[in-house]
Amino acid sequence: MKTMTFAAAIEDVLMHAMATDSRVVVFGEDVHAIRMNLYARFGETRVRPTPISESAFLGAGVTAAMGGLRPIVEIMMVDFIAVAMDALVNHAAKVEAFSGGAWRVPLVVRVACGGGYGDGGQHEQALWGMLSQVPGMKVVVPSNPADAGGLMLAAIEDEGPVIFMEHKLLADYWLDYLADGGRTNLDYDVPQAGALGPVPDRWDPTPIGKAKVLREGGDITMVSLGVALHRCLEAAERLAARGIEATVVDLRTVTPLDAETLCETASKTKRVLVADEDYRGFGLSGEIAATLMEARIPAKFARVCVEGTIPFDRRRETQALPNVKRILEASQGLVEVRKGHAEALPV
Amino acid sequence: MEPDVVALYSQMCKSRLFEEAVTRLWNDGHISAEMHLNVGEEGIIAGVVDHLRDGDAMALDHRGTSPLVMRGVDLVSLLKEFLGEEDGLCRGMGGHMHLFAPELLAASSGIVGASGPAACGFALASQHLRRGKVAVAFFGEAAMNQGMLMESINLAAAWSLPVVFVCKDNGMGITTPSKKVTGGDLSLRAEGLGAHAVSVDGSDVHAVWKEAKKAVERARRGQGPTFLHATCRRPEGHFLGDPLLRIVRKPVDELKTKVGPLVKAATSARGASVGGRAASLGSILDILGRAGKMRKLGRHDPLHKQSKRLSSQERERTDDAIREEVAAAVRTAMQHRMEVGS
Repeated sequence: MKTMTFAAAIEDVLMHAMATDSRVVVFGEDVHAIRMNLYARFGETRVRPTPISESAFLGAGVTAAMGGLRPIVEIMMVDFIAVAMDALVNHAAKVEAFSGGAWRVPLVVRVACGGGYGDGGQHEQALWGMLSQVPGMKVVVPSNPADAGGLMLAAIEDEGPVIFMEHKLLADYWLDYLADGGRTNLDYDVPQAGALGPVPDRWDPTPIGKAKVLREGGDITMVSLGVALHRCLEAAERLAARGIEATVVDLRTVTPLDAETLCETASKTKRVLVADEDYRGFGLSGEIAATLMEARIPAKFARVCVEGTIPFDRRRETQALPNVKRILEASQGLVEVRKGHAEALPV
Repeated sequence: MEPDVVALYSQMCKSRLFEEAVTRLWNDGHISAEMHLNVGEEGIIAGVVDHLRDGDAMALDHRGTSPLVMRGVDLVSLLKEFLGEEDGLCRGMGGHMHLFAPELLAASSGIVGASGPAACGFALASQHLRRGKVAVAFFGEAAMNQGMLMESINLAAAWSLPVVFVCKDNGMGITTPSKKVTGGDLSLRAEGLGAHAVSVDGSDVHAVWKEAKKAVERARRGQGPTFLHATCRRPEGHFLGDPLLRIVRKPVDELKTKVGPLVKAATSARGASVGGRAASLGSILDILGRAGKMRKLGRHDPLHKQSKRLSSQERERTDDAIREEVAAAVRTAMQHRMEVGS
């Protein structure tokens, strides 16, 4: 084992994948700067900057994949993917079904996502629920360096389209680029275990569609991913100090959703709290509730999500995103507070 | 009709001094995340905005500060918006990239190219409700490769919408030289889509003013859209803290963590040919060179150029008044923070 940053882990995997398979190419806006090391090693034929034409180059990514390449198309921030949704919704996701399974789209779409640094509601969204809604897509959201590398490798190896989502609070270079801009007088609540951590000496793919149980406890199951997962871990720690034991599940993949792990952990605790940085309505948190109901698991359910447009003001932004306080408050509604421990929950 | 020399200078000066104040607040950490300035493109904004009247609309990009300042939006409410205060222009919800002023029919977007469709919609509403009123779209040359903007020019031409598409061309899309990713000529492209097209030196506010006057009048008369292409330089690059400029300004500090991995990558086995790698490094150096050149406004400074058209007395009087106005706005906007010590 060695230690790497979230960003370095992804780059390490890309270096290896591009060196061993000449079909792997990267294109997107400013990749000569954002992926400067890849650009220096593999040259412009394989790491190619694009015009600001998301609908064209993401659409081209779909057929480049159908034509035999293994493209990794970068859409700088997931918010901008809205400009190019047709390529995903009507094409990448549909080709396999339309061709009767004869033609697949081994495309990786790499996007930065998430908030917590005061960039406003058009540059900080999660949107993984929306992207997961169309059958035929896979969507992964790693929460630590090891999974970031492992899921990127899995995404490249996958024969279908995978959206790889990189949370900006975990990727140091995005924070430097978009938040600090060289300043050192601002603070962000970066989960350290997500930004820097152990990675394997030799990369193996992290299976897509497989959640990971990070902590086991009998009182409540917290389900989350990305940065909110780390908020859950912190909340679980604080609950444990008061005798309430939480199971914490890192989904890692939005779709295909790991229903098995969800049902298994939920049936043990009978209380499920979803912390999701995406919007509350019509998305991942509701899907998890439906999954449990369909499996007839009698569980109390609560969710901590983003309710409206993310405020630019950092103070209100902090309140809008899933944070430890909100997670603890929601836990209070689920867990029968034991006498003498009531003061543990509200913070 | 000739442009009002002092009025245009005042507008540009106000925008410049305001953004210099914003830069200080950003540097001090009072403003979060990105900050895109209009410094360097004030000649374009002032030359266009001077023709707008009540009922005209503005579709702004992620650099909406200057057009709003020049349309007279209260400086304190703008500053408070940038600071994320509840009593900011948009109650601290939007920030500098998402500025909205309904009474001015001014709407911004941080999505590149989005001002095209936005201007078309405002113009369509004018056709129905406010005959003779126009909509202006501001965007950079790199946005011209965004499908929705090209579609908008066609839509405006097909429907004879009263739109002026103002393309502020600094030659760079973030870190990408625009020529490298753009086919053909932008004015010819706009003409091909059916718009009237004209090019102008954006550092000369009078030149912009004259062409913008014709474009706005054409639109008011119902003669359809104009593509107004204006060149400029932006000394702060894409945004404050632009990574290229940081490297240019402090190469040792900025490169110390980057050079090691870069050299390792460039010399690793398996990869592009030596020529391919050399080309990559050459192109990185070329981009840094462009950024270095760009940071010096010099003779491309629209404010400096205009200042020469004023007498020194006029200039000093204007500068002093505006400097005081901006300083007062900063004091008022920051009062609360200074009191609570945050």
